[in-house]
Amino acid sequence: MADAFLSLSHISKSYAGVQALDDVSLIVKPAEIHCLVGENGSGKSTLIKIIAGVVSPDEGQIVINGKPFPRLAPMDAIREGIQVIYQDFSLFPNLTVAENIALNYELSRNTRIVRWGEVRRLAQAALDKIGVRLPLDAEVESIPVADKQLVAIARALVQNARLIIMDEATTALTEKEIRALFGVIRNVQRDGVAVLFVSHKLNEVLEIADKAMIIRNGKVVVDADAAALDRNKLVYYMTGRRIDEADYDYVPQSKQPLLEVSHLSSPGNFEDISFSLYPGEIVGVTGLLGSGRTELALSLFGVLPAMRGEVRIDGQLVRIRDIQSAIRHGIGYVPEDRLTEGLFLDQSINRNIVIRTIDTLRQAGGLLSPARLEAHAREWINNLSIKTSNPELPVKSLSGGNQQRVVLAKWLASKPRILILNGPTVGVDVGSKTELHEIIKSLAGEGIGILVISDDIPELLHLCNRILLMRRGRLAGMFERAVLDENKLTTLLTESTTIGSAVPSPQVQ
Amino acid sequence: MLKKLFSRQETLVGITLVALCLLIGTINPVFWTPGNWFDLARSATVTGIFAIGVLIVLVSGGIDVSFTAIAVFSMYTTTVIMNQIGFQGGMVAFFALSAAIGALLGLINAFFIARFRLPTLIVTLGTQSLFRGFLLFVIGSKIIRDLPPGMAQYSGAFLFTVTDARGITVGLHSAVLFLVGVAIIAQLLLRHTMLGRSIYALGGSREAAERAGFNLVRTQVFIYAFVGVLAGIAGMIYGGLNRQANAQDIVGQELDVIAATVLGGASIAGGRGSVVGTLLGVLLVTVMSNSLILVGIPSIWQRVVIGAIILIGTAVPAIRALHTARRANVDIEPVPAE
Repeated sequence: MADAFLSLSHISKSYAGVQALDDVSLIVKPAEIHCLVGENGSGKSTLIKIIAGVVSPDEGQIVINGKPFPRLAPMDAIREGIQVIYQDFSLFPNLTVAENIALNYELSRNTRIVRWGEVRRLAQAALDKIGVRLPLDAEVESIPVADKQLVAIARALVQNARLIIMDEATTALTEKEIRALFGVIRNVQRDGVAVLFVSHKLNEVLEIADKAMIIRNGKVVVDADAAALDRNKLVYYMTGRRIDEADYDYVPQSKQPLLEVSHLSSPGNFEDISFSLYPGEIVGVTGLLGSGRTELALSLFGVLPAMRGEVRIDGQLVRIRDIQSAIRHGIGYVPEDRLTEGLFLDQSINRNIVIRTIDTLRQAGGLLSPARLEAHAREWINNLSIKTSNPELPVKSLSGGNQQRVVLAKWLASKPRILILNGPTVGVDVGSKTELHEIIKSLAGEGIGILVISDDIPELLHLCNRILLMRRGRLAGMFERAVLDENKLTTLLTESTTIGSAVPSPQVQ
Repeated sequence: MLKKLFSRQETLVGITLVALCLLIGTINPVFWTPGNWFDLARSATVTGIFAIGVLIVLVSGGIDVSFTAIAVFSMYTTTVIMNQIGFQGGMVAFFALSAAIGALLGLINAFFIARFRLPTLIVTLGTQSLFRGFLLFVIGSKIIRDLPPGMAQYSGAFLFTVTDARGITVGLHSAVLFLVGVAIIAQLLLRHTMLGRSIYALGGSREAAERAGFNLVRTQVFIYAFVGVLAGIAGMIYGGLNRQANAQDIVGQELDVIAATVLGGASIAGGRGSVVGTLLGVLLVTVMSNSLILVGIPSIWQRVVIGAIILIGTAVPAIRALHTARRANVDIEPVPAE
């Protein structure tokens, strides 16, 4: 039997009286793939930090390679072969792929003179090991996010990693890219390297893991073979409650479409897109990254104005030339990357909520009344049950799910008629996701037309009454919810050839 | 490969430079005389050395506006000291002393920047005033024309001289060797040492550089001390070539130098820039400011033209980047024939 590479026993840690970890034990053997699953705040990050030597536990033992480490320092962890790939990958955007892979290793060897031949050789060897091809001389800034992750994995391997810890490895990836990542992980596994996925996303867990550990409120709830778990059990263990979501039940409210898009084109981004959106509808727009789905959304919101085609709102021809005109026509857009595009992270929750409607809250003389702003913000904090002790705290103090609610609140405050949600639950844990879904469904119930851009298949099937499939900038099909199931949509999404059996919706001319 | 070459700022600046030379040379053949070229080299030397320093700071993600104050401080103080001790030796000692004073002042910048992590612009704005004020108030503000002999003779230290058709003797000044040397050292440093790569790493992502285990304090101390040395040398060259030590000189040029460096492809946001690009940027600006007069553009227009070139030169890559970002790389299938 293979000896354990890493063994944590009875680890406890508390911060200022809050028990972050309570008697957690974990054994990782070489070439094992583990998943550590838990909602935000469950203690996963503390556990990673303890393994990486960044945080010392209050109690418990750490044994790596048979050696006990009473006080594990970050350098010890690295020397023993523990590599953490953080969610942001910690890459250098201005340096080439090759240099990013080799630099940390060269640094740890105290290299003084850089030999570029050696850098390329190291990088190529690491990429060969994981079985991927990347342009060695491309700047990391210019490569897609999935490739950046591969660069981070290759970098870990160059440093002789025996255990790679991947924090939220799949959050930014599409389904297809996740498949490719799993292929890479299996290659790494073949060389005896263990992998610990840390995630709050469920689908991936069962597919690749040998073992899964679920923690909740700092305690281990389940530590089992992955094969013994299914998705419902996972959700139950993570949240401590069974979540039964009812799929969205669309009731037609009007014969007049809210939004009609015909032959919309933006060269280089998408071509000839036609569809309509009725009040109360939730229409999904899906496709792989690069299918043009985000560009379509940006175009409807005036960020990337379309070159050709027509947009009608309530039957009236409108021109969306810029963001201001989109807003005037009652269109709201919740971006994919809320951190950089949707929020002022350092500003208070209150201020973030009122930013869109601040003009309407002006009093005589154009002055703002803080009390009035606060009352307005409080209304939305209550409406969307944003969990915060103090709305004057900066938005970055909130969890992912609550941040997303602030973005929503900001838009809802301006009473949009059409809401475009790009990846509404990316990076949000299971419990919050369900609540966000409920909010979206009730908004649609009030007559708002909602476009949901997502490649989260269960989410699409759950929320949408119709789904548009985009492929390489074109509309590849439009499906009623009723004709789809998870397998069918997955196949449609990942298929690269044109599909023959598309069931056209009545709205397509 | 060719496409990549043409997308580089260095290539653009190089082409513009060649085109400009051809244009000016066609209108006025005087441009092609050795005298004009030696003059250009002499003008580019001080700016060039400054610009290499600016390049290193910009790559690290910082900005330094104090190097001109360091230059004049080092040069003037060196002159005063040498005069007082009655130093009779050669110019090497002047450079050594001036460089040492520059390094010391650079360390003051480094102290605030690396130790207290203050924003580099604020620190160097502060030290610029501080160094200059200290110089004028404590050390002296009079123009010194009575130079120590080593320094007084420096302006005649030509590498070689030629006598042109009209019988005028012109020479290439040896100071240009400093520029060549500094450029080679900077190129080796930035491209081939781990210290140089740590400067790029710091400018690319400070957090990633910390996580990788770079000693960033050491890197920053080196950067600002090195820039101080370069400023000390450049200041001394300036004083020697002008045959006077003027405490009011040099300060005020810093933005032109930064602009030339940015024109050469260094990113104000950090992480990007090359020695070759910087030299091309400096040459372009030097040719413009020295040679417009040759084509009949009055010198009062020089500032306008230089400003325009810098705006265009930095706007073109920015616009192109924006354009690329907007054109997402969606591979659209051809429309099937109806």
